This record gives sequence, structure tokens and C-alpha cells, in this order.
Amino acid sequence: MNASTNTLAKDLAEQKYKYGFVTAIDSETAPVGLSEDTIRFISAKKNEPVWLLEWRLKAYRQWLKMREPKWAKVHHPPIDYQAASYYSAPKQSDKPKTLDDVDPELLATYAKLGIPLQEQEILAGVQERRVAVDAVFDSVSVATTYKKELESHGILFCPISEAVQTHPELVQKYLGSVVPVSDNFFATLNCAVFTDGSFVYIPKGVRCPMELSTYFRINAENTGQFERTLIIADEGASVSYLEGCTAPKRDVNQLHAAVVELVALDDATIKYSTVQNWYPGDKDGKGGIYNFVTKRGACRGARSKISWTQVETGSAITWKYPSCILQGDDSVGEFYSVAITNNHQQADTGTKMIHIGKNTRSTIIAKGISAGQADSTYRGLVKILRTAKGARNKTQCDSLLIGDKCGAHTVPYIESRQPKARVEHEATTSKVSEDQLFYCQQRGLNAEEAMGLIVNGFCREVLQELPMEFAVEAQKLVSISLEGSVG
Amino acid sequence: MLEIKNLHAAIGNKEILKGIDLTIPSGEVHAIMGPNGSGKSTLSYVLAGRAGYDVTQGSVIFNGKDLLALNTEERAATGVFLAMQYPVEIPGVTNMMFLKSALNAIRKSRGESELDAMQMLKVLRGKAKEIGLSEEMLKRAVNVGFSGGEKKRNEILQMAVLEPLLCLLDETDSGLDIDALKIVADGVNALRSPARSMIVITHYQRLLDYIKPDRVHVLAFGKIRKSGGAELAHELEAKGYADFTEAA
Repeated sequence: MNASTNTLAKDLAEQKYKYGFVTAIDSETAPVGLSEDTIRFISAKKNEPVWLLEWRLKAYRQWLKMREPKWAKVHHPPIDYQAASYYSAPKQSDKPKTLDDVDPELLATYAKLGIPLQEQEILAGVQERRVAVDAVFDSVSVATTYKKELESHGILFCPISEAVQTHPELVQKYLGSVVPVSDNFFATLNCAVFTDGSFVYIPKGVRCPMELSTYFRINAENTGQFERTLIIADEGASVSYLEGCTAPKRDVNQLHAAVVELVALDDATIKYSTVQNWYPGDKDGKGGIYNFVTKRGACRGARSKISWTQVETGSAITWKYPSCILQGDDSVGEFYSVAITNNHQQADTGTKMIHIGKNTRSTIIAKGISAGQADSTYRGLVKILRTAKGARNKTQCDSLLIGDKCGAHTVPYIESRQPKARVEHEATTSKVSEDQLFYCQQRGLNAEEAMGLIVNGFCREVLQELPMEFAVEAQKLVSISLEGSVG
Repeated sequence: MLEIKNLHAAIGNKEILKGIDLTIPSGEVHAIMGPNGSGKSTLSYVLAGRAGYDVTQGSVIFNGKDLLALNTEERAATGVFLAMQYPVEIPGVTNMMFLKSALNAIRKSRGESELDAMQMLKVLRGKAKEIGLSEEMLKRAVNVGFSGGEKKRNEILQMAVLEPLLCLLDETDSGLDIDALKIVADGVNALRSPARSMIVITHYQRLLDYIKPDRVHVLAFGKIRKSGGAELAHELEAKGYADFTEAA
């Protein structure tokens, strides 16, 4: 690099994370520490039925016997689970009934984050595409938009804590049915202490008329966020759902251990997109979110389809493997991923595709980008059971390296017990070349713009899977995440 | 107007350019010929501001500006364009996207308004048609899977879109068949204008049958050894570069 790009790199070395602000708001926070009492406290706060409290306690007792998984290629000092608070909620006298009742401070926060919490008026003749938002602030959902309109289609879109009250039969039937209580250390912890998250039910034959999205915000200090999302698409239903997440800049690591469960019945389609932009820590690796998340979808019905698209740019450490269990015959699983790590970020991410039904198909496209001293690992499992006659998988893993201090690793597992299955795996590793950068700069782009363009090109196959509304944002995010990586 | 005075440049410890003096008035096309390894490509990289080439002495003034004080993209913004010998592939980035980013970056640095997608499409379609490139090419990733001829034509398209004031064509004729050569030459000729200077770097006289230079210079062993009119190219074609030795 020449002198000018070096200066530029220095100017930008302190990554610009524009969501790093803190909202000053009165919160009610559970005492620090984790015990059965903490769980009773959370359950009481949510006014939960006994069965759910029992479910949580069972999970907690199980968790006490479990150990953190060590197989991922990530390193962090031991987490003191007794040092965090497991519940924090903005104080409000009653749950707001309409958007007008929501604390203006919260509305301002979401406005600052660019999240629309006002329902747009539909102008005559102008059919704007709208997005319904569930806003989760620390441990609670603070607002959900377009609920009424969605209800007119029979669609339930609400905080899971509310669904527990209004539709306990659905929650009880599906909660933990995809990710069992004992699944893994972080998922089990989530079962014990989960606070809020979104619940979606799309009835038979209904195509959800708008994008649904949940926006997660960690604000409080020294708390973990444990959200729980459950999406059920009944026979012939379809839905596209997006989650976004940000957190203030803090020196201390914060734990985010979410569980997402998707259930698709016959002919149902669920498209789940994530734009993950948790605070990644500073350029020296101080602070940032530990994003230890379990996401899994069950294609229970014939011809059902679950598609995961993720753009992972934030977090100090990412540990997540959105997966599909392809039970229904002819069901389809997809995983499209971009994981960007810069400075000292670490990401160990990938997917599992479990083929059970006949003629099940899966596609995996994973793009990993490493810059700075970051380490990025793709870890995936394609498992084809005997029953999955005619199963097919195609996997493509591409890694892009920027600079010479970062790492990229690919760990694909393929297990097939079905002799007629077809599995393809393709992997490439490349570097952003000096030639490419020079070419772009000679055409007038500065070093950062050049890098953004090249990396966006590398990610294109994945980014184009995102809903239109978010594709442009994601492209910008990809460029921003790499600031300071040139030089 | 480009004025190069006593330009010395090195890669690492190896001096490649050993005192280049060259003046190109606006509106003129100058050809630079010379044997392999004489420093032709180095000269174009140094003018464009590529990293790794150290200027150890001399000056380059372009339209009154000290070119060497500017970084690569600033030079592009002042109107320097290098059509490369080996155009680079950028997977996943469409020609359209690439040209839009480049043109808007340049317009922005000139204090002009950025073009929106529709305006850009109109510009690009028009230019592509002039160069004889199909619209389909605009949708393909930059140079990925392009034939040699397509790559070179794509360079000319970029040149036509960015409307530079100093065009450096580095062996644009290499790897082209006669038809492709004509198309490229036509593209270049169409861009000749009183405000625009061009340096055409080539090994062969052949290209100069189609792009008529105002002056021809022989670059050998890091220096301009001889300058003349278009007839010099014919002379070189007949006699080769044997007369130009390091000592000369």
C-alpha cells in the first residue's frame, strides 16, 4: 500500500460503530447472579403459567450439569455466569397499548437506529412495501407494529411473552420442539432464562402480506440478552422474516444467547434473514458481544422450505449454525451466509442440513471475509440418513482474506448413509489482490470504496437473497465493517 | 498538457526509469515504442500512481498540477486514465455497478452531482453502443469470462464513460486480432479531442496504422532515446531496436 492508503487506514482504524450510543432510561433490572430464584423472578415478571416455570427450572437443572462447548475455533476468557443480570426492562407503569403510549425516549432510540416504529399511512395509489416490526429492548418487547392488520389475516405476530398468555396451546406445542431443552449449553441456558423475543404464527394457506422483523437492542450494562423466537408456518403458508441487532459500545463483553425455532408444515415456506450488527469490540479486541446462538428450522411437512440468510458483521465472537431438519419429503433447506470479521473478531459459523425425507434438497453458500487479525471459520454438517432417497446437497464455501494477519478455515462434515444421495462440496480461498485495488482506485474510487465494492461483489450471491428492503442496507454495512482494513 | 521532466523511478532498489523527459500538448497523441523491459509499463504505472513504484527524481506536471503529489484516485479525478494491458477481473461486481461507482466517485470529487441509476443507465447504454459492446456486457461481472478482445473493448468503454484528459493505453493492442484491433482503434480515435492527450504504448507499428500518432518516441533502457513523427514507427518496424543499446 502506498502512503496515502496507510494514512487512511490509520484514520479509520478505530472502527466507526454508529449504533454505540446508550439510551438513558429507567430500567428494572434483576439482581446480579443466576439461581432458581432468578428464574422464578423472570417467570413472575412475565406472569407465566406454571408449566412454563417448570420447563425453565428443568432446563436450569440440566444446564448446571452441562459444560460450555469447546470445539469451536474461538477463544475467550471464562464467562462468569454469576456476574451478569438476567433481566432488564425499561420501567413503564402498564404495558403500552398503542404506539402513543411507548416511552418517547424509546421511540427516539429506534428512530436513531433507523427502525420505523410508526405505521406508515397508505397513500392512495401508492403501495409502499411495508415492514412490521417487533422491537425488543433488553429483556422485553417494547412495541409491535401492524398487529391489527396482520390479525385480520389471522397472522399472529407478537412478543413471545404475550403469546404465552394469549395462545398458550401453540407455544406449548412448539416451544422446544425443534431445539430440545437439552440441546446444547447455550440453548439450555436460554430455556432457563429467556426473556422475550418474537412469536409468529401464519395460518393455513396464508401468505404474509408484509415483511416481519424483530429488532433486538441491548442497552443495559452488565446484562445478557436471551431472546427466544418461534415461527410457525402452517400448511401452505409463507412468511419472510428479518432480524436486526445492535448494542452500545462497552468495554465489557456481553453475552447474547438466543434460540430461534422455525416450523414449516406441508407446502409452507419460511425465509429467515439476519443482519447481525452487535457491537464488535474496539480495534484492540476490547469489549463486544458474545453471540452464541442456536437457530434451527424443521421442515416437518412435505414440500416445505426453510431458507436462512445471514449477514454477520458484528459481535466480538459469533458462534452460530442456523440449520434445517429436512423431515418432509421433497423439502428444501437453504443457507446463505456472509460472515465478516475485522480487527480481533472471531466467527465460527455455518450450518447443518439433516436430510431425512425423500428427495430432500439443500443448498449452502457461505462467504467468509477476514481482515485485520480476525479469524473466521466455516463449520458445516451435511447429514443424509438412509431414508433420504434421492437427497441432494450442494455446498460452496468461499473465503476472502484481506491483509496477512487474518485467518480463514473451512471445516465441512459430510455423512451420507444413502448410497443414491448426491453431495457436492466446493471451496475456495482468495485474497483481495493489489491489482484489483489499484484497478478500482485508478478508476477514481478511494481505497475504502474499492474494498467495499470488491467485497460486495464477493458476497453478491448471498446479499441478493436478502429482501429488497434490506439488501441496500446490508451492502453499506459490508463496506462499513471493513473500514480500517485497507493499509 | 503533460510535462515530464527528468523522471527517475525504481522498484525496490532497481532503477527502471532513468530520466524521462516528455511533453505532450493537449490534443496530441504520442506513441511510445520500445523493446521488452524498457520501462514502458513502468512509466504508465508511475503516471497513474501505482503503489510499489518509487519516484526518486524528477517532476510530472499535468495541466498545472503536480501529479506526483496526488494519490491514485486523485489522479483519476484530475483526468488520468490507464487502459491496462491486463484488465483485472472483479467477480460479482457488474460492469454497470463498477462504472456507476467510478463515474460518481469522479463526479463527486469534481464537485458535480452524482448520477442516479436511470441517468447512469442512459449514459452507459449510449457509450456501449458507440464502442460496439452489447448491453448484455454491462450486466456481466467486470472482465470475468471476457475474451481478450472484450476486455480491451471494456477498457475503452470505461475510458469513454469517464471522459479522461490524459489517456494512457498500455499495449492495448496485445492479444487482439485484426478486427478487434480496428474496433479498439476506432474507439480511441472517437475519443480524440483538443482537450485530451494520449500516450499509446505499443510494441508494434501495426496499431499506429489505425491510431495516427502526432509523435513517436523510443523508450529503451529507461530513457527516451529518439523522437520523431509517425515515420519513426515505420523505421523501427524495419530495423528493430538493435540501434538502441544501454550505452547509447
